[in-house]
Amino acid sequence: MLLITCPWCGPRDETEYHYGGQAHVPYPADPADLTDEQWAEYVFYRDNPKGPFAERWLHSIGCRRWFNVLRDTVTYRVLASYRPGEPRPELPQAGGNR
Amino acid sequence: MTAEPLPEHPDFLWRTPEPRASYDVVVVGAGGHGLATAYYLARNHGITNVAVLEKGWLAGGNMARNTTIIRSNYLWDQSAAIYEHALKLWERLPEELDYDFLFSQRGVLNLAHTLQDVREGVRRVGANRLNGVDAQWLEPDEVADVCPILNISPRTRYPVLGATFQPRAGIAKHDHVAWALARRADDMGVDLIQGCEVTGFLKDGDRVVGVETSRGRILAGRVGLAAAGHSSVLAQRAGFRLPVQSHPLQALVSELHEPVHPTVVMSNHVHVYVSQAHKGELVMGAGVDAYNGYGQRGSFHVIEQQMAAAVELFPVFARAHVLRTWGGIVDVTPDASPIIGTTPVENLYVNCGWGTGGFKATPAAGWTFAHTIATGEPHPLNAPFALERFATGALIDEHGAAAVAH
Ligand SMILES: Cc1cc2nc3c(=O)[nH]c(=O)nc-3n(C[C@H](O)[C@H](O)[C@H](O)COP(=O)(O)OP(=O)(O)OC[C@H]3O[C@@H](n4cnc5c(N)ncnc54)[C@H](O)[C@@H]3O)c2cc1C
Ligand SMILES: [Zn+2]
Repeated sequence: MLLITCPWCGPRDETEYHYGGQAHVPYPADPADLTDEQWAEYVFYRDNPKGPFAERWLHSIGCRRWFNVLRDTVTYRVLASYRPGEPRPELPQAGGNR
Repeated sequence: MTAEPLPEHPDFLWRTPEPRASYDVVVVGAGGHGLATAYYLARNHGITNVAVLEKGWLAGGNMARNTTIIRSNYLWDQSAAIYEHALKLWERLPEELDYDFLFSQRGVLNLAHTLQDVREGVRRVGANRLNGVDAQWLEPDEVADVCPILNISPRTRYPVLGATFQPRAGIAKHDHVAWALARRADDMGVDLIQGCEVTGFLKDGDRVVGVETSRGRILAGRVGLAAAGHSSVLAQRAGFRLPVQSHPLQALVSELHEPVHPTVVMSNHVHVYVSQAHKGELVMGAGVDAYNGYGQRGSFHVIEQQMAAAVELFPVFARAHVLRTWGGIVDVTPDASPIIGTTPVENLYVNCGWGTGGFKATPAAGWTFAHTIATGEPHPLNAPFALERFATGALIDEHGAAAVAH
């Protein structure tokens, strides 16, 4: 089980959280101008890296707030957690995989 | 009921060749799907100058880790067609491959625990029958006739309100399936190359002309990806994206028991699925871990939940011990249906996105993927499962019939 740090509540077991997939996926700036392929990208395509991944978690049975986590998808190590709106941290151990 | 003895292995299985400089077709990944693809490339299309490249050992990925449930009771016409084609192939493969891989058509029960489950189940039985798939709706007492150790008491938290039943469904010995396909593909001249990781692609403009591997460059007229959980990693190296996410999915077995469990039982709602292996282990699976991962292990809390469900459904399991747990990495698509077809890279084809349920499809995945690679065009059975559906919106939403939470 993962140990994830909520930026407001501190470290808690994975079972307190709900997973929300890739972080930093902006809503299209000009939705009316998108082609079907671009809509497909926005709705269905997400990164799936083997290594560090910025993803969203909801502290569903705690403070009920969304936040972002940088986690390694191979070792499952949580490398950082940070509040929404904050930039993805640059960590030495995160390598160049973006 | 007595336990069936395991069949003897043939003493010859496949050669261990050195990779050649070039092949007509290179298939990446020697799981069940890659091996079935090679087998049908040779058998159905006469294409035998083929290599199957495997980074680890043959069929050591999800093929060796799954709970071996085979069924074709999916909801939509496109899925019923491809999974039923697979089931018909399963029914003749042991003879065709001359290898008894213990395909046992003991039936599958998909339990309903809520009114909505009942409605979904009855609807699916209707849809299955219209598609020529054997399916029945069973009331709780009929469910108990099929599987007497199931607790159908109305006083459980999620009582069994009925079940769909597909009598032709079953299980098979997954390793033996892989070895059976490998032996026949090898017989027909296919090179099965283990310990050979594909690390990149050789391209001429938008066309693939070969692969980079841990054992050097190999030229190829056509390349087929059958890499399950690693498909998006490979696609990225080839220069395109796939709408798949890789998740850990785990399974576990108990120690050996006398035969007590005569069928396969799946529950979508309390989320456990159970069968008894030929040797006597209870084989159990659950849902995927919610997060993306490549670590080939799963979370303990998933085991805890699946055990709670199993013991309530099967009180007789209460004193069984877990012997082993393990995980595989499954590639999940947004509509819980696979992707089989062409890619934006010419001569590069993909078979992926089978997620939690691709073992049952092994022969049909190989059949249709071989057709696509051989002809450059989809087979009618895999045409609906093209990558383009995510842009056209013609999704094949099988989250209900996929039966594993993801
Ligand atoms: C715990 C669990 C339970 C399951 N239960 C069922 C079930 O009951 N019924 C069912 O129908 N399905 C089930 N599945 C799903 C099923 O196992 C998969 O859908 C199916 O095995 C996928 O196809 P495959 O056999 O070719 O994949 P795999 O066997 O995973 O084959 C892919 C191969 O590609 C290789 N590879 C990856 N990258 C590279 C590379 N760069 N170079 C060379 N080789 C590479 C891998 O090492 C691997 O051997 C289950 C899966 C799991 C994990
Ligand atoms: Zn919190």
